[in-house]
Amino acid sequence: MKYIFRVERITKSSNSRTFLILILSVFGGLLLSSLVFLFKGISPFLSLQKIMVGSFGSLYGIKETITKAIPLLLIGGGLSIAFHGKFWNIGAEGQILFGAIGATWVALYLGPGMESYIIIPLLFLSGFIFGAIYGIIPALLKTRFRINETIITLMLNYIAAEFVQFLVFGPWKGKTQYGFPYTDNFPQSATLPLIPGSRIHYISLLVGIFITLLAWFILNKTKFGYEVKVMGENPDAGKYAGINFTKTTIWIMVLSGGFAGLAGVGEVAGIHHHLSYPASISSGYGFTAIIVTWLARLNPIYIIFSSLFFGGILVGGDAIQTSLALPAATVNVFNGLILFSLIIGGFFQDYKIRLHHETRKL
Amino acid sequence: MTIQKLELDHITKRFSNITANQDISIEINAGEIVALLGENGAGKTTLMNVLFGIVRPESGLILINNKPVTITNPSIASQYGIGMIHQHFMLIQTHTVVENIALGMQNVPFFLPEKKVKKKIVSFTNQYGFSLNPDAKIWQLSAGEQQRVEIVKVLMQGAQVLILDEPTSVLTPGEVKDLFHIIRKMKQEGKAIIFITHKLDEIMEISDRVIVLRRGKVVGEKKTNQTNVKELATMMVGKDILYQVKKDKVQSGKTLLEAKSVYIRDDRMLSSVNNLSFSIKEREIFGIAGVSGNGQRELIEGISGLRKIEKGTIFLEKVNITNQSAKHIYEMGISHIPEERIRYGVVSNLPISDNIVLKEYDKKPFSKKGLMNQTAIDCFSKKIVSEFNVFTPSVRSLAKNLSGGNIQKLILGREITGSSKFIIASHPTYGLDISSTQYIWEQLIQKRNEGSSILLVSEDLEEIFTLSDRIAVMYEGRFMGVVAFDSISKEDIGLMMAGSKQIPIECWS
Repeated sequence: MKYIFRVERITKSSNSRTFLILILSVFGGLLLSSLVFLFKGISPFLSLQKIMVGSFGSLYGIKETITKAIPLLLIGGGLSIAFHGKFWNIGAEGQILFGAIGATWVALYLGPGMESYIIIPLLFLSGFIFGAIYGIIPALLKTRFRINETIITLMLNYIAAEFVQFLVFGPWKGKTQYGFPYTDNFPQSATLPLIPGSRIHYISLLVGIFITLLAWFILNKTKFGYEVKVMGENPDAGKYAGINFTKTTIWIMVLSGGFAGLAGVGEVAGIHHHLSYPASISSGYGFTAIIVTWLARLNPIYIIFSSLFFGGILVGGDAIQTSLALPAATVNVFNGLILFSLIIGGFFQDYKIRLHHETRKL
Repeated sequence: MTIQKLELDHITKRFSNITANQDISIEINAGEIVALLGENGAGKTTLMNVLFGIVRPESGLILINNKPVTITNPSIASQYGIGMIHQHFMLIQTHTVVENIALGMQNVPFFLPEKKVKKKIVSFTNQYGFSLNPDAKIWQLSAGEQQRVEIVKVLMQGAQVLILDEPTSVLTPGEVKDLFHIIRKMKQEGKAIIFITHKLDEIMEISDRVIVLRRGKVVGEKKTNQTNVKELATMMVGKDILYQVKKDKVQSGKTLLEAKSVYIRDDRMLSSVNNLSFSIKEREIFGIAGVSGNGQRELIEGISGLRKIEKGTIFLEKVNITNQSAKHIYEMGISHIPEERIRYGVVSNLPISDNIVLKEYDKKPFSKKGLMNQTAIDCFSKKIVSEFNVFTPSVRSLAKNLSGGNIQKLILGREITGSSKFIIASHPTYGLDISSTQYIWEQLIQKRNEGSSILLVSEDLEEIFTLSDRIAVMYEGRFMGVVAFDSISKEDIGLMMAGSKQIPIECWS
């Protein structure tokens, strides 16, 4: 007789299990980070306290958390549609940047002298179109030439980043920016209003909540959503049912790219007020949103909560950097460990490990 | 250890409610070629998987030289000297022959492995009298050459008992000849060979002894020189009648579907359907019998718009539907119960209701102006579920929670409800229990009585004879004959399935 560990698939997952796993994973991540803090000679209790206060435990923290949740909400809504169709869009970073370019173009060339209530909808419209066009490229490459979308969307991120660099160092470099690689600032009418005393550009927040609800509606109530799910879950059955893959794939990326583009609009028109270094515009939101979407199990409604949660983690990391004078890398380690344990937690949503003892017989 | 005798003793293996092997005992001796004969689903492959340690039986023993052994996985099997050549080759396409062979070896030398393995390969191939370029990449090789790589691989692992699972199904006639030469050579060297097949002529040519399986049981064992093709065919297809389904004679109507000189290629772009012409009438079930892989699948996919028709035309009520989209063909009135029901027929992770409208989701009342009408979908689904006895707690539970029989009832309900004039039913009862089988047969006959025509493809002769008005036997992309169901015996159909008998075209009905 011997004992063995056996991994078993869970056929039915319950919400309570999901929630418990989430809590335990975060706890595990905090425990791991505590070890890192110990090595740095800082009391883990103090640092955890700072993280909590910095993210959810103070008014300032909550405001910042919401600010960071806005782009995650927008991108996550689009990714949930793409991932339901098994289109692995990891190019949201690039789509954010193109949305930002679209908004900047409208703000700088049409903005001056135009009223807010006209220019702001135009910003969002332009950002959506730019993001969508950038999203359609991998969709076409996949459907026409069967090129793997994961690689293409990833590569397009770098192209978008270089293009923004080119713009801010070259043709769009602002005359009023003292030589910094920024575009000129948007005219006042083309900036998004903030909730006083915070950086929450509430129009984007409302758009973000609307987008997640819309994504839910699309997936669950429309013919297009049905096609996306059938195509994603079983392409052979989709072919047998006569679904047009090319058309469906392109629409998936119009929405996913377009929504990411809206996030780019929020960042330039709400926070920065000009286009600048690509890394400071997209700031990794496009990648973080992938985790946000997975954590929500591709359900757009849950994305509202998971994006707030991740907003908090990003802010909490920033908080210890300033209050405990830790190097920036420590924050990355902290964020990384939380993600790491969440991903491990994700495994336990589908599998359980059981200890068996088996008697050898034929 | 040299294997003198290998025995499987009272092996029983069940998969949920299906008994794949029931109390099977066989033995094989060194220097002997034993053929294992049976239709698909008779339990041949399961039995060999038991021997090779891929599945574990509920009861029974494996004995080598009269001593019981425990085989829990394939690597233990090969340590005992048992090797298997699978029907689908387990080779890495982008690697060379040497690399593939070295992968399966126990003691590859640490220094200069390639040179030494190559030397060994050459000495093996010389010994068996064939050639093999050790540096060729697998994808550059023909099916026959790939099979030789598998054989060399298994022999170099020291196999003394070789299991060949339908080894000739992918080979050209010339390659078959070469393979038989190699098998005879192995026999001379005292190896024991188990040859799985359903081709009767090959059994007569190569084997010393035949063991026939049907429905999971051994139904006969003969020395090859004391039997003949006819007797083996009878044993293989059997005479037992398990089901009782009433089929009244009805007068068939006008021609509904007509195929003229149709050519279709398979996934490897090889010719699969060769110049096939036939027509099917209203109120008629046209059964195509034949061993899988003789072009039935490609024919069905061609008719239903899932595969390109290279040459020829197909008419539905005199309208040319050749190479139209699957959707268009469905809308013209051809519905399709697919062979691989899990792969094509359902989306496992979606609710039953979503699966029931899979073909009609974009039509009223299920969707209007781009929005799904869940009330209409649920209402229709409840109707199908109760009408076709799909056993489920709710139409909103996921399709993956259904059993095979219930999935098939769902697909049947979806495909035959509505206005389809022509129904393609591919292996509609494969793997189902008796009650589901009976139910599906009754439904198909009723549909025919109401005026539809049905194209039935099956390997199960019981099914073919019970349902069909006319029977065609398909072999290597052609029909060996088309006959009325009551004018031919099962044995003759069995012979035609094996390619050993052909009815001249003037005598077709």
